[in-house]
Order: sequence, then structure tokens, then C-alpha cells
Amino acid sequence: MRFLRLLFVFWRIGILGELSYRSNFIFHLLESVLELGTALAGLAVVFSHTSTLGGWRPDEIVALVGIYFLVSGAIRMVIQPSMERLIEAVHEGTLDFTLTKPEDAQLLVSIQKVEVWSITDIVLGAGVLVVALVRLGANVGLWEAAAFAASLVAGAVIVYSFWLMLATLAFWFVRVENMLQIFSSMYEAGRWPVGFYPRWLRFMLTFLIPVAFATTVPAQALAGRLSWPTLAGAFALAAMLAVLSRVFWRVGVRRYSSASS
Amino acid sequence: MRGLAGIYAQQFKVTMASFIQYRAALVIWLIGHVLEPLIYLVVWSTVSRSAGGSVGGFTAADFAAYFIVLMIVNHMTYTWIMYEYEYRVRQGTLSPDLLRPVHPIHSDIADNLTSKLITLPGMLVIAVSLGFIFRPALHTVLWAIAAFIPVVLLAFAVRFVIEWTLALAAFWTIRTSALNQMYFMAMLFFSGQIAPLELLPHPLRVIAFVLPFRWTIGFPTELLLGRLTPTQTLTGMGMQAAWLAAGLVLMRVVWRAGLKVYSAVGA
Repeated sequence: MRFLRLLFVFWRIGILGELSYRSNFIFHLLESVLELGTALAGLAVVFSHTSTLGGWRPDEIVALVGIYFLVSGAIRMVIQPSMERLIEAVHEGTLDFTLTKPEDAQLLVSIQKVEVWSITDIVLGAGVLVVALVRLGANVGLWEAAAFAASLVAGAVIVYSFWLMLATLAFWFVRVENMLQIFSSMYEAGRWPVGFYPRWLRFMLTFLIPVAFATTVPAQALAGRLSWPTLAGAFALAAMLAVLSRVFWRVGVRRYSSASS
Repeated sequence: MRGLAGIYAQQFKVTMASFIQYRAALVIWLIGHVLEPLIYLVVWSTVSRSAGGSVGGFTAADFAAYFIVLMIVNHMTYTWIMYEYEYRVRQGTLSPDLLRPVHPIHSDIADNLTSKLITLPGMLVIAVSLGFIFRPALHTVLWAIAAFIPVVLLAFAVRFVIEWTLALAAFWTIRTSALNQMYFMAMLFFSGQIAPLELLPHPLRVIAFVLPFRWTIGFPTELLLGRLTPTQTLTGMGMQAAWLAAGLVLMRVVWRAGLKVYSAVGA
């Protein structure tokens, strides 16, 4: 509840900041539409040559594209800008202002900057997902829907914890922005089912850069191909990373020397 | 002419020094350039397996060869000038460049070539490693390898001139990112980056023939893989020359008009 209220406050601040640049919305929308359009057109080319792709039907891959846009939109809207600001605050010593506030500092740094216009990615992604769901229709039952929601939550926790861990490295090292950038460029690979990739790359995308859990696994759930062990594994990893990132944050803050503030 | 050579040599040293400082940026570019062709390589290999071995005459090994060569061609011809110009115009850092007695494009060309000299060995190592993983089917012919050299140079020239001209849009608007995105999306489709152009539906192939994108990436790739006849190669070089000429004319016109509206704010 408290989290939602805070998120709403930062969301409002984000909107206030952007209101003087309203036309940005149109350009953001245009970019999102272009990106989504290319992704879908690419799929159309692929499926003009085959009816299933590595066991995935067209609508299932479309659902995966929707999930990809949804998740990457959420990252671009809240997680990435907030984490970039955290790194900056550690360098410049302005983290003091956050630490002195009477609220959990990890929560504050995680949602402190909201790029409101990235909502276009989220809305378009959700739209594509709904269209894919309608077309999959009867195949999606109660169990599939529940597994989808659960795995999406686990995936979100995994992605968030991973970003936080990378960003808190700023307490030890000077140039961490580059690592964040490498992560976001690798995230692109999550647009396709990770099962397509050779084993070494699949391993990287599952554990080193945990993209698989945020995109492929929820899509598998919708397709009714998610096994119990995978879902349990996703939750175990989410719990582990959530605790680990909390530890990273705690230890990091203790090292924080408020330099140059 | 000797003055120009000196400028290039100097720019070479400057770029070298800055790359040694910013190694991480280099790695990020490299990952971007490897990941995209790698993704489509994997997707199309999966398609060919799903379709029972081959799609439109491409087996998984052919796709591997296509996308690995495409990765190198793309790396040899790419520019990042569009991201830079917006900054130059917005911050006014273009002004000192304009005071110099040479056209600013020369330092950009030297900058671009230097960075490629530095990164190309890394790219070739990656290409060879990917070759060991994906086992590409390479059957090229000798004349194609010989023709590849002028063709890839022309491809670089065409892409450089077009993207440099497009970058000048920054003189009129600071919101160039939507424009750049449109350009890149068109490029993705019509250059052969998403799929070999033979696999696109016929109308799209006709559009791809007219637009410049194919001639900067897809064409050198297909040539090196021995997929083109001598006639097709000559036609392609003709298209490259035509686009280079058109691009140079356009560049002059846009550059002159752009300088007139440039207000050097922030300088």
C-alpha cells in the first residue's frame, strides 16, 4: 500500500516534469509503434516460411513479443532511470538526501525516477499480449493464467534484483553505467524463446543475464508448456536474488562515504 | 592534398587515444554488433530445421555463413554519426569545427576508419569463433573475393554519405531519435539484416532494390558468399555508384541549407 502511494508520488513528479514537453509523448509513441511494428513484421516474414518455430506457434511468439515489450517498458520506465540516478547519487554524494528520509531507502532509490512516456511500450505490449491471448483463446485456462501471472511476478523480481545488484556495485567501482548498458543490450535477446539459442548462450541468458525468466517462462506458461519444476525454480531464484540484492544494498550503503557532498 | 593527409594522420592519433581511454564503450558497440546478427542466425536456423532442412534454398549452415559475413560487413560500414550530430548542434560544439579551414566531414571519416581499424581484429576473432560453433557453409569464388573489396568500400562510402546527411537533420530539430529510428527500422528490413532478401515477399524485394540499404549491407554479403552472378554484381555496383552520386549532391545541398539555420547556441 505504502509502496503504491510512493510510486504514485514519483509518477506524479515525473508527469509534472514532462508536462512542459508534451510533444515528447507523440515522438515516444511513434518510436514504440515503429519498434513493435518491425518486431511483428519480422515475425510475419519468419512465419511466411514455416508454421511452427521450434515447437512454438505464431500466436505464442506474438504473446512473447507482447511480454517482452511489457517488461522492457517497465524497466525503461522505472528501474533503469532510477538505477542510473542511484549510481549518479553515489558518485556525487547526493545519496545523503535519500538516506535521511524516513522511508526504506532501498525502496526510495528503486522508484525515484519515473520516465512517464515509456508507458507507451507497456500499453502497446499489453495490447499485443491481449490480442495474442484472444487468438489463443480456449487454450488458456485458469491454470495457465495463474502460472503466467506467477511467473511474470517472479521474472519481475529477478530482473529488478539483478539491476539493483549491478547498480549497487557503484559503491565499490567508479564506472558501472557501462555494465548496465551491456545488460540492456543483451536483454534484446529475450525477444525470442531462449530455447532457440545454443546451450552456452541459453545458460547465459538464464543465469548470468536473467532474461529468460522475465520473457520466455511467462510465455511458456501461457502456451501451457510450463512445468512445475521450472515455476518452482523461478520462484527459488527470485527469492534468492531478492535476498542477495538486499544484502548487496545493505553492505554497499555501509561503505558509502558520502564523498564530495 | 598533403595537408589533408596530415589531418587524417592527426585525427587517427586523437581517436586512438580516446579509444584507449574508453575501452568499455568499444565493448558495448561490439556486443550490439554481434548480438543482432547472432539472434537472427539462431532464429533462421530454427526456421530451416522446423521446415525440414532448408528454407528457400538456405540450410542452417547457409544461414550461419550469411549472418556471420553480414555481421562483418555491417561492422565495416557502420557509422554512429547520427547520435553525435544532435549533440554537436545542441551544445554548439560544431562551431569550432566550422572555423577550421577543412570540411568537418574529414575528421569524421578519419575517426570512423580509425575505430574500425582498432575493432576489426576483435570482430574477426568473434566471427571465427562463431564459425566454429555454427559450422557455416562457405563456398565462395575467387573473383567474388576480389570484387568484394571495391564493393565493400563503395558500400561504406554510400552509407557514410547518407547517414552523414541524415545526421544534419539536427540543424532543424533536436528530436532526431524518432527519425533515426525510422531509418534503422527501414534499414533492418531492406538491407537484409532481418532475413536474406531472397526470403522476403516479392514487392518488398522490389523496394529493397531501389532503396540504398541493400547496397550497403546485403549486397556485399551475398557477393562474398558467391550467391551473385557477374552481371548481378555489376548491376549492384551501378546502384552503389548512383546512390553515392545522389548522396553527395544531397549532402552538399543539405549542408549549405543547414549551416544557414545553425544558430550556434551554447557555444
